[in-house]
Parts: sequence; structure tokens; C-alpha cells
Amino acid sequence: MNGAAPMDKHVKLSIRNLYKIFGPDPARALEHVHAGVGKPELWEKHGHVLGLQDINVDMQDGEITVIMGLSGSGKSTLIRHLNRLIEPTAGQILLDGEDVLAYDERNMRRLRRQQMSMVFQHFALLPHRTVLENTGMARAVRGESRADYQDDALKWLDRVGLGGQGGQYPHQLSGGMQQRVGIARALASDSPIMLMDEAFSALDPLIRTDMQDLLLELQAELQKTVVFISHDLDEALKLADHLVILKDGRVVQQGEPQEILLHPNDPYIVDFISDINRARVLRVRSVMTENATDEGPFAGEVDPDDTLESVIAVSGGDTALSYRVMREGRQVGVLDMQDLVRALVPTSAADDGMRARAV
Amino acid sequence: MATYDFIFDGLGLREWCDKDASDAPMSMAELLAQGAGGGGAGTSIWKLPFPSLDALNKACPAIARTRDVTKGVETGFLDIKDSLKIVLDPITQPLSWFLEGALYTFQNTPWFIMIPLLLAVVYFASKSLKLVGFVAFSILFLAFIDHYNFAMQTLAIIFVCAFLCVLFGVPIGIAMSRSDTMQRLTIPVLDMLQTLPPFVYLIPLIFLFSVTEPKLYGIAIILYAIVPVIRLTDLGIRLVDKEVIEAADAFGMTKRQKLYGVQIPLALPNIMAGVNQTIMMSLAMVVIASLVSAPGLGVLVLRGIRNLELGVGLIAGLGIVLLAVILDRVTKAALARVNAASAVQRNS
Repeated sequence: MNGAAPMDKHVKLSIRNLYKIFGPDPARALEHVHAGVGKPELWEKHGHVLGLQDINVDMQDGEITVIMGLSGSGKSTLIRHLNRLIEPTAGQILLDGEDVLAYDERNMRRLRRQQMSMVFQHFALLPHRTVLENTGMARAVRGESRADYQDDALKWLDRVGLGGQGGQYPHQLSGGMQQRVGIARALASDSPIMLMDEAFSALDPLIRTDMQDLLLELQAELQKTVVFISHDLDEALKLADHLVILKDGRVVQQGEPQEILLHPNDPYIVDFISDINRARVLRVRSVMTENATDEGPFAGEVDPDDTLESVIAVSGGDTALSYRVMREGRQVGVLDMQDLVRALVPTSAADDGMRARAV
Repeated sequence: MATYDFIFDGLGLREWCDKDASDAPMSMAELLAQGAGGGGAGTSIWKLPFPSLDALNKACPAIARTRDVTKGVETGFLDIKDSLKIVLDPITQPLSWFLEGALYTFQNTPWFIMIPLLLAVVYFASKSLKLVGFVAFSILFLAFIDHYNFAMQTLAIIFVCAFLCVLFGVPIGIAMSRSDTMQRLTIPVLDMLQTLPPFVYLIPLIFLFSVTEPKLYGIAIILYAIVPVIRLTDLGIRLVDKEVIEAADAFGMTKRQKLYGVQIPLALPNIMAGVNQTIMMSLAMVVIASLVSAPGLGVLVLRGIRNLELGVGLIAGLGIVLLAVILDRVTKAALARVNAASAVQRNS
């Protein structure tokens, strides 16, 4: 992941002009929203909650799209629209160009059984079934017998590090292990799309890091289309190929994480990113001078996907150096350590950001 | 001269009132009032009677009296009785057969087969030898003091009624859990069934069915005892973790798969608690039902009351307590096993 995207990627899942309004008469409230009424006003004057507003997101095949936002920003509502656990008020959801919202119940069930699997924040395993049966749940739902899915389920349990635990019941496992079962369950369904709703938010920090690594490892191998919900920016930056930042039901910015980090376009995002360890997140390709031709004395060669942290370690902290950036034996740019240091200066918390107001 | 004369005089309705003055017999209250002299009516504001039907009737005989209302209910019921019977009789007939069959089986199986069989059931349900010992002691004690037959009759009735309660109650509870409208409509009925004094069930039933038919008391017991199993099924299914239901939906389960694969198994502890309550309430009702010829220990209790045979009543009462404790402990032990086996760890 995080490599330069191959050209042949196509949009797997696409959200178009999606609106969700909660309340007794969403259709009328939608007219108000189209007329320019904002979220607070809609609630105070019309008694409707504006859950999602004009969402447009394209999710590429084989990429991890992270939707990030604070609680109440509508991210969990948004992911539930993808498999229609929640029905939208207006808009389109396209899967391979086909409008999912036009599906009848049977088509919808087929989509849920074969196209999408889901991982939940609190695992949502069936407490009365064994780990093995939970893992094979998607297959059992399709009508396969235990003998049919057993081998596959065991293979996936092995793959997520739970070999030999198939006979246990979920409550006998720790939280992290239960979520591994949740992931194995999603993988065993063999669906091309995985929806992960705050999948790691309920876990301790160390286990969470483990699970993130596991997900990246699996993703490198399986190339699924993953939609990941998170409220944690570090997690989002670590996992995302495409990052979508939600606020109050609107997309404030979306794009490549590096891009958002270097060019935040909203005080809300500036607030968000002012705290993170930029050296660990930013990569050489984001700060290098592209296609530079100078032949100057180089201290060495670095990969465009190296983090700045690793370059600093290599350079020993010397800011006078510059490095040649090589991809597959070809020079793609030059990294000047001074640029690197400059990129590490955080964008200060915006004056009109939430923190400034809170003081 | 009645208090509210002035209203009808004022409205010019006097003629209408007196036109067809009722010649119904006087009520008891009127007789008493007459006997007391009935003097000074309407003189003091403090004695102003509430303008009830009876008070208005005094002023204007054309207005019905309260006892006409109860009489109306009665005649209304008697009028629809026959057509109601045509519908209800065939529907409820199987209940009579079940009860007769169960009573026959429980009484005609020799004690040396029946008692070990019961103990085996207890062991199967509870897996506790201690409980089996207690049940064995209780039944042998009842048999020793010649109450075995009565106890078996009571057990047979409870067996049939509780089984039918579960058979109908669980599906009703499931329907309630699925539809808020259904829940809104059902809850007042359940409240009524639960609060209506048990004796009141019996009155209309006596009119509908002959007292010699077992279904008469069967229906009374079922109506009274079915409430908890319905309520707790509904509650249990509604309490199933929302996220687990979401997961079931997200993986494309059909409604049926969800019901049998997720909702009922996870609601089972609550449903079992409902079954326990239902059994206890059938036991309570089976005693009252002996008023309408339900056999069993209740008959002895009734004899004790009717003939003031203190000992008979007390011993039969003790027998009922023993049965209650047995049924409660056994169902609770089964419930505990269900809890331990499956859904207790939703809080992990």
C-alpha cells in the first residue's frame, strides 16, 4: 500500500450526492436543506437531524478508504448506507456502476452475502456459537454445511493468528482475539469489499497497533476494497490510501493522506493534525523535489515511500545533506534535508479552529 | 321528590320522563331509604348526591338505573353466547382431549413407573442429584399420605396448560417483538389478563361451556398463566444486542435465519424465565379452578374450606407448596443450565 497507484485501478464503490435526514418527514426537510438550511437550524426550526449532507466519495478497487471524523460526524451512519443497514434520504450508491439502492430485497441479500462483509466495533460475534461457527457464519448463511466451510474457516483462523482456537466460545477470548475472529469472519465470506466500523476502537493501544499491522499485511496479500471508519487520526493515516474527513455530516476534505497533512484546507483539519508525529507519517515522496536534475553530492539513496523519521535516522540529524530518491533504480527526485525539516513544522492550530475558540 | 327534579322540570322534559314510568321493583337502597323515613331529602347541600344513574332515575324514571347496565351486559353476553359457542366449542375441543388424555395417562401409569420417570425428567432437566433427592422425598411423602393421585392430577393439568401456554405464548411474544403496533395492542390485553381477579375468568366461561368439560378450567388456567411467557419472550428478543442483529443483517441473514439462529437462542434465558413464571401461575390457578371441577389437590383445599376440615385443607395446601417448590426448582435449574451454556457472556 501507499505505493504509487497503478493506472488500472477502477472505482469499486461510489457514493453520489448522498443525504440522510433523521426525523418524521425527511423529504420535506431535504427541501429545506437544498434551500440552504444548515444542520443547527434544521434541528431547531424543523426538528430534523441532518445526518449526512451531499456526500460524494469514490472508493478504488483494492484500496483502503478511511472515513475519519469525531463522534457525531456521521461516519458510522455513512458506512451503514453502503450495505443499506440504513436507507438514505436521497442520493446514489454505486457498486461497479450499478445502483445498489434500486435493489430489491433478494438482490440486496445477495449483495450482503457475497459482495460485502462487515467488521464491528464491539465484534458482534454470536455468543452461542463457537469461534469456528462464527468464522463460517457468512458461509452458513448462504446455506453451506459445516463440512463445506470448515476447512476455509480454519484456514482464516490460522491466518489471523487463532489457530487451534476454533472450538472456543467468543467469551473465552480476549477483546483483541475476538476482533480477530471478527476479521476472520469477514475474510471467510470471500467478499471483495470489507466494511470496518471502528473495528479497532474498542481495543487497547498495543493490541490496536497489532491489529492495524495485521490488516495491512492481509491487505497487501488480498487487495480487498476496504472501507474503514475511525476517529483516530494516527490510525487513519497509517491505514489510508484514501482519506475522507467528515465533520457534521459533510466531507471537509478528502484525498491522499500525505496531501491532506501538507495542505489542510479547513481549520478543523488543522486542529486535527497539529498533534501528530509528522516525521512518522510523512514520506519522502511528499517533500522531495520532483524530477530535480542537480547532480550535487548525495549522501545516499532513499526510497520515496520511506518515512521522514527513517531518513532522519539515516542522516544522523545533519541538515546539510541531500539524498537521491530512487524508485526501482531510477532517480525520481531529490530530497534536501532542509525541506525535510521545514515539512516537520506543524501547521499551528488555526486561529479560528475549535481549540482557539475553546480557550 | 328527588334532588334533580329541577333539571328535568327546567328543561321541560317532565312529560317525557313520566310518560313511561318504569315499574321495575325498587332497589335495596330505595327500600332502606324508605324504611329510614327518607325525610329531609335535598335540603342540605352537603348531602347532594352525585348525579349518577340511580339519582337521576329518581327524578326522571325514563332514565335507566345502574342495575339495568349490569343486566344489559348480562343479556348482551347471553345473546351472543350461542353464536360464540358455535365458534369456540370446536376450537377448544382439543384442549379437553389433551386434559383428559393427560389425566388418564398420569393416573393410570402405575406409581412404580411414574415416579422413576418423573425423577428421570428432573435429572435430565437439572443434572443435579441433590434436586432429584428432594423431589423423590417430596413425591414419596405425598404418596405415603395418600395424596399421590391428587398430586398427579394437578401435575397433569399443569403439564398440559403450561405446554399450551408456551406453544401459543412464544409466537405471540415473537410477533410483539417484531412490530411496535402489535406490542401496543397486546400489552393492554396482557395487563387485563394479569390483573383481572382469577375468579372473574370463571364466570363467563361457566356460561359458555358445561361445567363437566375439562376445557372450562383449561381455558381459565391458560388465560391466566400465558402472560409471563409472552411478556418475557417479547422482552428477551428486544434485548438482544443491536450490534449482533446488525451483524446478522450485514451478512445477509433472512428473517427466519435471524429468528432461529440469533434471536431465539439469545433470548432463551428470558424465555425460560417466562416459562418458569407461567408454570408457577398455572399452579396458582389450578387451585382456584377446582371451583369449576378441576381435579387435583385444589379439590381437597376446597373441601377443607367448605366443610371446615382444617387438617384436610392444610395438608392439601402443603402438597401444593411442595409441588410448587419442585416445579420452581426444576425449571430454575434448567434455566441456570441454559444461562451457563449460552448467552450469559454478552458483556465480555
